[in-house]
Amino acid sequence: MQYTLVAWMRDKPGVLNRVSGMLRRRNFNIDSLQVSHSETPGISRMTFVVDGDERVADQVVKQLRKVVDVTAVEDITNRLAILRELALIRVRTTPATRGEIMQFAEIYRAQIVDVNTENLVVQAVGTEDKVDSLIELLRPFGIEEMVRTGRVALCRGDERAKKKRQSTSIFKAAASLNGSGHDDQ
Amino acid sequence: MAIAKREPANTGYDLGPQEMTGSQMIWESLLREGVQIVFGHPGGAILPAYDALAEYEEDGRIHHVLVRHEQCAAHMADGFARATGEVGVCIVTSGPGATNLVTGLATAQMDSVPVVAITGQVPTNLLGTDAFQESDVVGVTQPVCKHNYLVTDIAELPLIMKEAFYIAREGRPGVVLVDVCKDVQIESGTFRYDFDISLPGFEPWPVVSKDDVQAAADVLNEAERPLILAGHGVHLSNTSEELLQLVEKAGIPVVTTLLGTGNIPETHPLSLGMGGMHGEAFANRAVQACDVLVAMGMRFDDRITGRLDRFAADAKIIHFELDRAEVGKNIVPDVAVVGDLAETLPAYLPLIKERRHQDWVDTLNEWRSETDEADIIQFEVEELIPPYVIRQLWHATEQTDKRVIVVTDVGQHQMWESQYYIHEHAGMLLTSGGLGTMGYALPAALGAQMSDREALVWCVAGDGGFQMTLQELATIQQEKLPVKIGIINNGFLGMVRQWQQIFYDKRYVGTPILSPDYVKLADAYDIPAAVVRHPSEVVPVLERAHATEGPFLVDFQVKEEVNVYPMVAPGAAVDELIRRPKPGYVQGYSGVQPSW
Repeated sequence: MQYTLVAWMRDKPGVLNRVSGMLRRRNFNIDSLQVSHSETPGISRMTFVVDGDERVADQVVKQLRKVVDVTAVEDITNRLAILRELALIRVRTTPATRGEIMQFAEIYRAQIVDVNTENLVVQAVGTEDKVDSLIELLRPFGIEEMVRTGRVALCRGDERAKKKRQSTSIFKAAASLNGSGHDDQ
Repeated sequence: MAIAKREPANTGYDLGPQEMTGSQMIWESLLREGVQIVFGHPGGAILPAYDALAEYEEDGRIHHVLVRHEQCAAHMADGFARATGEVGVCIVTSGPGATNLVTGLATAQMDSVPVVAITGQVPTNLLGTDAFQESDVVGVTQPVCKHNYLVTDIAELPLIMKEAFYIAREGRPGVVLVDVCKDVQIESGTFRYDFDISLPGFEPWPVVSKDDVQAAADVLNEAERPLILAGHGVHLSNTSEELLQLVEKAGIPVVTTLLGTGNIPETHPLSLGMGGMHGEAFANRAVQACDVLVAMGMRFDDRITGRLDRFAADAKIIHFELDRAEVGKNIVPDVAVVGDLAETLPAYLPLIKERRHQDWVDTLNEWRSETDEADIIQFEVEELIPPYVIRQLWHATEQTDKRVIVVTDVGQHQMWESQYYIHEHAGMLLTSGGLGTMGYALPAALGAQMSDREALVWCVAGDGGFQMTLQELATIQQEKLPVKIGIINNGFLGMVRQWQQIFYDKRYVGTPILSPDYVKLADAYDIPAAVVRHPSEVVPVLERAHATEGPFLVDFQVKEEVNVYPMVAPGAAVDELIRRPKPGYVQGYSGVQPSW
């Protein structure tokens, strides 16, 4: 399954490399990784989408926390969060198809941000699912070029209070006192 | 916020602001960290720092050991750190000097050894231009370091030096590299060392959960067949004593990892010695048969667990570990106690009931009596086989009042040492466990001996590994160190040959290895040496080595094709092992063929 992790780190040269190097070295499967500024000057924010089981997600969180420049990590998979992705899609147009493409864009509340006689650029914002389905809809018209940001995530207001999440503590340890074994994952 | 536990001794040096060059800052930082010995090799990009070293060497504040290869500077710092528990320091130049360090840094990092490496770098204006002797050292060493720095601004240098030592030392120890541009070494700036370290998110000493300790106690108190699996963490946290108290209070047998060797005295009736790939059959059987396994300061390395899904399959597992990321990495425990053993063990002890577990201990003793180890130790040998050499080495070193440190290389001799040498306490054996670095022993022994010139340090290496770093014989002589060297010389890269014999149908590709005449070689370095070909010569030569003031080298020309048993094949469960040849017979002994 997909896990959404957020990490904050000191904005230092090479910090992205430190994080991505660790992920590569430990053979973690990262679906997307997005870096940006955070609300705090000097602190960057990364959003990861990790593909794997609970144990993999737990390891990614723990290994991220070991990177010295990383100041905090949260697994927000099970929290109420706003998940968004932005896509810019350049679609080939003819006078016959332009109207239909613009209609599709409107249904998806996407914007047309550039247009000329040969093509137009659709800017879509939404969950990956929504962006995916718009792309599938536009594909038959001919997508000439496309860029997607990858997932960004922000917890909803009342979720701010629940800072600590279970999987950032000890994976499964306390929960399975009465469990049978350790190798059933 | 991180709290320092392992602060360096107050060295009495002024912490206040002073004007000086970047080069001086490097040495002044080391002084304030209590460093008196560094291992290094100069070169262009680190020349300013070496130039500044002169005044510190002159008045004896810092002693520089010139190595013959940078890899060995890292191994020496590693050996020094393992022998003292302090941070080992090495210093080399940019480019090839720094890349040569990598193997040594990876070795130390894998085994949680605190090392700070200082490397010169090309001047900042040449960074990224593929300048002469430029390499991306921070990039190259990142995966093998706990943390590393590139210093391009002299204003940052003092804080970075202090952080480097802090990170290397605190929590689970590791390697920190500081790459200092040449112009930064030359420039002048303000030096101070009174910073508070602020590293948000760096959590070297996790807060111990009392509930977890209690949960771990509840599980252990219910156990009928408990077993402790003790690793390097016990030694690193200096908790052998507490471990022994736990063992004796609750009557729990102990198996150790390779780096946990000696965590409790191996003469103790509840010590089962090392487990894993070349652990004794009864030790591995105990792991598989226990109902509660208490893992302490270890990380379930594949050499100790064998096939993971069958490892201690019926046991509840309690994992005491400082590094949270090790919990659930290879084995998901039933109870985890995260924190420093120096905190968790004393909290755990009073919660544990006094028990004897007599049936379980009796069973283990029965299994132990089935082993043929005893036959191998007590036989009268006609041919020189390595276990005999190791056993005699133990007898010989047992008689000394000196502190004994045995440093092994990697391969068959390393396993024989762990099997046949009786380690009385943690820290007696220094060896490359995680990375398995051939060539480790000689420089690491040198580093250990530098920390304690009075100690009896034995470097035990195979003929393969010894030839990887034998140039450091010159360093031994230069520093006038009394390191004793035993080469277990069987004319093969023995462990690889053993695998070829067992898994590759005896095709010995690339494993027969020629050696020089080691006596002549030693003579070239003015080191007294002897060759031993017959068992009867072993005891006298060891006496001679110990009677010799300075270094001594022994070339033990042992029987060639002897295997290390027991052996767990990679991927097999640890109780599916290849046993030793039948009791009463030793492989290679008087023509009796092994029959496993």
